[in-house]
Parts: sequence; structure tokens; C-alpha cells
Amino acid sequence: MKKDLLGIDDLSSEEIYLILDTAEAMREIGQRPIKKVPTLRGKTVVNLFYEPSTRTRTSFEIAEKRLSADTLNIAVAASSVLKGETLVDTAMNLEAMAPHVIVLRHASSGACYLLSRICKSRIINAGDGMHEHPTQALLDAFTIREHKKRIEGLKVVIVGDLLHSRVLRSNVLLLTRLGADVWICGPPTLLPTGMEQFGVHVSTSVDEAVVDADVIMMLRIQQERMQGAFFPSLREYFNTFGMTEARVARARPDVIIMHPGPINRGVEIASEVADGPYSVILEQVANGVSVRMSVLYLLAGQKED
Amino acid sequence: MPVVMDADRISRTLMRIAHEILERNRGVEDLALVGIRTRGVPIARRLAQIIQDIQQRDSSRGSGGEPAPPKVEVPTGSLDITLYRDDLMRYPVGPQPVIRHTDIPFSIDDKRILLVDDVLYTGRTIRAALDALIDFGRPKSIQLVVLVDRGHRELPIKADYVGRNLPTSLSQSVQVHLMEIDGRDEVEIQES
Repeated sequence: MKKDLLGIDDLSSEEIYLILDTAEAMREIGQRPIKKVPTLRGKTVVNLFYEPSTRTRTSFEIAEKRLSADTLNIAVAASSVLKGETLVDTAMNLEAMAPHVIVLRHASSGACYLLSRICKSRIINAGDGMHEHPTQALLDAFTIREHKKRIEGLKVVIVGDLLHSRVLRSNVLLLTRLGADVWICGPPTLLPTGMEQFGVHVSTSVDEAVVDADVIMMLRIQQERMQGAFFPSLREYFNTFGMTEARVARARPDVIIMHPGPINRGVEIASEVADGPYSVILEQVANGVSVRMSVLYLLAGQKED
Repeated sequence: MPVVMDADRISRTLMRIAHEILERNRGVEDLALVGIRTRGVPIARRLAQIIQDIQQRDSSRGSGGEPAPPKVEVPTGSLDITLYRDDLMRYPVGPQPVIRHTDIPFSIDDKRILLVDDVLYTGRTIRAALDALIDFGRPKSIQLVVLVDRGHRELPIKADYVGRNLPTSLSQSVQVHLMEIDGRDEVEIQES
């Protein structure tokens, strides 16, 4: 594996399976009385989050602590970024203190590539702009494999704000690389052009798309990234594209419902579905820790340049 | 590649070790086996089976017309010590070693644990196994069972039960093959 995890794009299918298999072993550690192993003892990991996060940041922090690393959380709102310090300067100042790994979430696509070129530390992408969120796609794959025992040949339907979603891009890359039959669905205003090139079916009718689905993945409407009117109202969106029990009934009887979180109840997903028997949303969160432990472990031993 | 132990020899050795274990521990009470991955695991399982068989035979010997005694079970687990190794971050030259499953489906508190491995060499694997085991609880005692002791210890570690002492040179390597993993039972010495 390379020095950094910047995106699914850089991973071969063997590397993806290695991460997933290692995550299985990591999961067992969370079931022990002492949920800690000494693997990253004495290594410093910096969580540099320019965008707000509940799940991803705490998930990384727990993963780092379980591997006995020293974690540092930089809340950008309380840092010198407010005084106008650039990303590069922030990173180089941190580097001077020699962290082993920097976990970066940033509003600009490609921010992680910038850091990986100038930092000796290993960089893990925790979400860059609208580009990629690789650990999310990996934990999604882990969850799917747990329930379905495989990824290849499954019909996976992804519904929601596709235009602004980095989770979509990472998932499309990963799922197609592992041979799934991927369908993406959303309002035409939120559908990026040219997605067929990634080997996915594109649909603007959720009722059509979910027929016989093995996996339904819902994406949040990212209002904070929207600079324009993409649909008339949230209620209209819910009526046309929201995941309701009726729509779930059109999928296979053993379908699983996923969502990266945070969920907007009554917008992209009905409460009964989010809390229902097919939902694996909370499992995804738990699996996030195992997958991130796996990534940290696999990157940590890479050769120092 | 000289074979130093064949299948028959290995089988008798394990039988002898099982008897030794029962002798020193005066029975199976509180006994549990933990095999170190990868080849310590089948050895641990075989030992558990032999120990159970011996106990079963002995307790049914004097029963006469009574009903058969309850089956004796010696809990067995498997331990992967990769994450506890002392050389993981020291020589970062490439892919990390693959981690396998640890499965200890019982509490180790107050148990007499028998750690089982195929070859005892520098002792670092056992040091890692001890650290891992202590994170699972507080056993009453830990004893070490190895099929082969090849010398060259780098830490003060000693086996309580040894299948065979094999003095080797540093340029040699000891390969243990087991039916469950390699399709045959054999211990051989190779020159590197």
C-alpha cells in the first residue's frame, strides 16, 4: 500500500480486500474487556478537521486510541485558521512536530493530495470537498459484506444528493471495482453528468431503481453545499425520492438500508425506515471504528521517505 | 532437508506432553489451552482432545455398572499476537504482517492457561503472547508448551513442556508441518 490513503481511486481490489479482512480482526478487539493493543504506541496522530463531523472524527479518535496512539484533535474554529493561516502553513507547522499520521477533512476537493506532496506524515482523507471519502466507502463495503457475504453481483442502489456527495464517488469507485451492479438515482438537478462512464446505471425514478435491490444506500441532501434551488421544497423531495416503507417493499426481502449519516428524518429517509428492521445504519457507525483501525495499522508501517 | 520428527514421533510426543500436563497440574481443573497462531492452534486442539480422552478413560475405569461420567471439556482458544510484536514499527520496509483472528471464547480469569506454540526460538513471540493474554484478564498461572525448542533465546523465557530439544545454528530454520494446515505431520530443519 502507498504511504497515504487519499481515495479509493488509488486502491486495487486486493488492497481493498486486505483492508476489509484486517478490519475483521480489528473488530474482535472491540469485544475484549481491554479494548486496546499496543501497536501504535508512542505514535502521534493528528485529526485535522476543517469541516464539522460527529461520526468520522470520533470514529477515527476511538480507532487511534484502541491502537494506543496519541491523538490530537484540531478544532479548526478555535485555531489560527481563523487568523487567516493557510492549509499548507498549518500542515507544515504540524509537521515540524512530527506526527506519524494526519487525518484531514477539508472543504476543498484535492486538499489531501496537496498535503501528501508536502508532508512526510501519512495522510488519511476523511473527506475532501466533493471528491472522495474513502474510509466511508470502505466501512460501507465492510457492512455489506457482513450481511451479504460478498460484493460481486449485488444490486446496490444509491439515492440522494449525488451532485455534492463525496460518499457517492468513493462508493461508486469501490463497488464497481469489486463487481457490484450499481444504480444511482436522484433528481435531475442533483445528478452529475457522465456518470455512466463509471459503469453505473443512472435513473431519475426511485420507484424503478429500487426494484430487487440488495442494498439501498441513502445520501443526505447537502443543503450546506447548495448554492441554488435544486428542488421546490424538502417535502416535495421526500415525496418523489424519499425512502419510504412502500419503496423498501419493492426491493428484495433481505434488502439492507444504509446511510452514512447524519440522517435528515423525513427528507431523504422516513423515520420508520431509518429505525426499521432492514436498517443497518448504526452498524455502519460501529464498523467505522474497525475499518479505520485497519487503515491506520496498514499505513503505519510504510517506509519513511 | 532432514526430517527430525515424523508423524508417528509427533503423535507420541503430544501424548507424552498431555500426560505430563495432567501430572503436573493434578487434573484438568481450571485448565485452558491457548494456541498461538498459526501452528500453535492445531497443536493446542490436539492436546485438548488427548487430555479429554485420558480423563474420560480414567474416570470411567472404576465405574462398573454406573452410567457414563459427564464429558470432560478443556476450553481452547486461539491467539494472534501480530499487534503485540516488538518489531512492527521498527523496520518499516513494506506491507504490514497480516492479522488473523483471535478467539478466546471463555474468561481467562483464575484459569491455569497453557500457551501452546510450535517452535520456541528467540522468545519474542511468547513475550508478545504474554502481553496479549494479560489484556484479556488475570489468569491464575500461565505455562508454556512447545513442540520444538531450538535454542537461541533473546529474552528470559523458558518452556514448561518441550516436545523435542533441537539445537540449531542461526543459519538453519526449523519448519513444522501439521496435517490441519500443511497436509502432513513433519518437523524438518532447513539450511537457509
